[in-house]
Amino acid sequence: MSEASSKAVIEIENLDLVFQTADTPVHALADIDLTVNAGDFVSFIGPSGCGKTTLMRVIADLEKPTGGHISVNGMTPEEARQKRAYGYVFQAPALYPWRTVEKNIRLPLEIMGLSGDEQKARAARNLAMVNLEGFEKKFPWQLSGGMQQRVSIARALSVEPDLLLMDEPFGALDEITRDHLNEQLLNLWDTTKKTVIFVTHSIPEAVFLSSKIVVMSPRPGKIIDIIESSLPRVRNLDIRETPEFLEISHRVREGLRSGHSYDD
Amino acid sequence: MTDAVQPQVIPSWRRLYDGKVIPVATVLIALLILWLAGAVYMNSPQLIDQYKRGNVEWTFGKLVRDSWSMERPILPAPQQIVVELDKTVLDKKITSKRSLVYHAWVTLSSTLLGFAFGTILGILLAVGIVHIQTLDRSLMPWIIASQTVPILAIAPMIIVVLGNIGLTGLVPKALISMYLCFFPITIGMVKGLRSPDVLQLDLMKTYSASAAQVFWKLRIPASIPFLFTSLKVAIAISLVGAIVAELPTGAIEGLGARLLAGSYYGQTIQIWSALTVASLLGMLLVWAVALSEKLVLSRMGGQAA
Repeated sequence: MSEASSKAVIEIENLDLVFQTADTPVHALADIDLTVNAGDFVSFIGPSGCGKTTLMRVIADLEKPTGGHISVNGMTPEEARQKRAYGYVFQAPALYPWRTVEKNIRLPLEIMGLSGDEQKARAARNLAMVNLEGFEKKFPWQLSGGMQQRVSIARALSVEPDLLLMDEPFGALDEITRDHLNEQLLNLWDTTKKTVIFVTHSIPEAVFLSSKIVVMSPRPGKIIDIIESSLPRVRNLDIRETPEFLEISHRVREGLRSGHSYDD
Repeated sequence: MTDAVQPQVIPSWRRLYDGKVIPVATVLIALLILWLAGAVYMNSPQLIDQYKRGNVEWTFGKLVRDSWSMERPILPAPQQIVVELDKTVLDKKITSKRSLVYHAWVTLSSTLLGFAFGTILGILLAVGIVHIQTLDRSLMPWIIASQTVPILAIAPMIIVVLGNIGLTGLVPKALISMYLCFFPITIGMVKGLRSPDVLQLDLMKTYSASAAQVFWKLRIPASIPFLFTSLKVAIAISLVGAIVAELPTGAIEGLGARLLAGSYYGQTIQIWSALTVASLLGMLLVWAVALSEKLVLSRMGGQAA
């Protein structure tokens, strides 16, 4: 499946996660097997409740699995988190409203104990990366939703992680903004050679962005299909009209259907 | 997508019309009329009695004028209080025992000291309650119970007990203020320190931030709007605490002592001017807290609680 040269960043075997709720236990993840290699762009796609966000939270050590094995960079997720192995972009921007844009980006850097000059340089560099130069002194409420989400991406990038975890980062945005940010994200992935894990429930978004698409289904959350994309690494939005793109989209849709995602 | 939100500019006449000035002034005028009428109503039985005994011919106009200028009226007219204030605030040296500025200063210093004590105690309790689960369950009921004790009843005992162990003057009064004003601060700060949402806390976890970093970089800034809301309540009741502490303890200084002395000698005008000064002091204190709130919150991006 993977090239001999690429290194496995995340290895998951037989992973299980059961939430103990008040009435009945909820089987959130069952029998997950997945390998993510360095430089991959992996999308988790599936309907609500299929465990795609939960799986990503397990990788980030925000949830503990109840069975199976998982390693991140060859360590446990907890060790990887403590070494700040990843940057996490949440569904909402989660900016701190009392901090300016620049101060928000500097938050993780302050926590890491970097020097003031280094913080400033990294904030400027990553704001430029998401095309937000000149907005340093603005407060979050002065920005549109799309700009806020770009700030949160710049904040995740400023940690300079090799692994970027993105949980439906563009879910709340309109389609035009989303297309634009998707292109920027692909460009960023291509230039920085980072490993990206991306949660989405949009088939075109998953197919457009990913080098590997993980199709999931609910109750219990499990992997139905893993699709290696045949699309070239560098793409633009026009690629969505090509037969290959439609073929991969079709396979994703078939996977979702076989997982009974369209049943109810 | 690239333009930032700009605050709207509103002309000043429009703000006056939409704002509070006209409604507040209307209520003020209505209150003054009610007050003047009330003074006539309450003082006239005594006056009519006097007229009868002295066989004085009287008209309604004379009754009104007299009821607004009695030496010991049941309800003094506002202008009598203004004259009294002019005498005791502007005419006296501020170090004189007869100056209301002097007495206000005495009350103000124990108000502020008690407010400082109460703020520190309130914040410390809140920090403990938020971070240590045992404290949440063991302290919270006591904190709530403490406010059900009628402070007027135990204030003299506190003063006597503290006097016996050598604590007199400012500190016992401040302790009573503290007792009243730590409560809203604890409640507000507990709410504020718990206000960060799951996402904001998860974010800190992904940075593998220490508990101290979560506290200083997330919980404290998130609690500031809650703190100021509490401080505005606390400063007002801290003043109440200071005045209450001066009432039953035979204090000879402070606005509370003036109230008590006034009631001993039936000096209603003196009572009312002390009350007026106390109200003005309360407004001034709340305004000062509100102003610092505005300054601090505008530096923090203008968020509201």
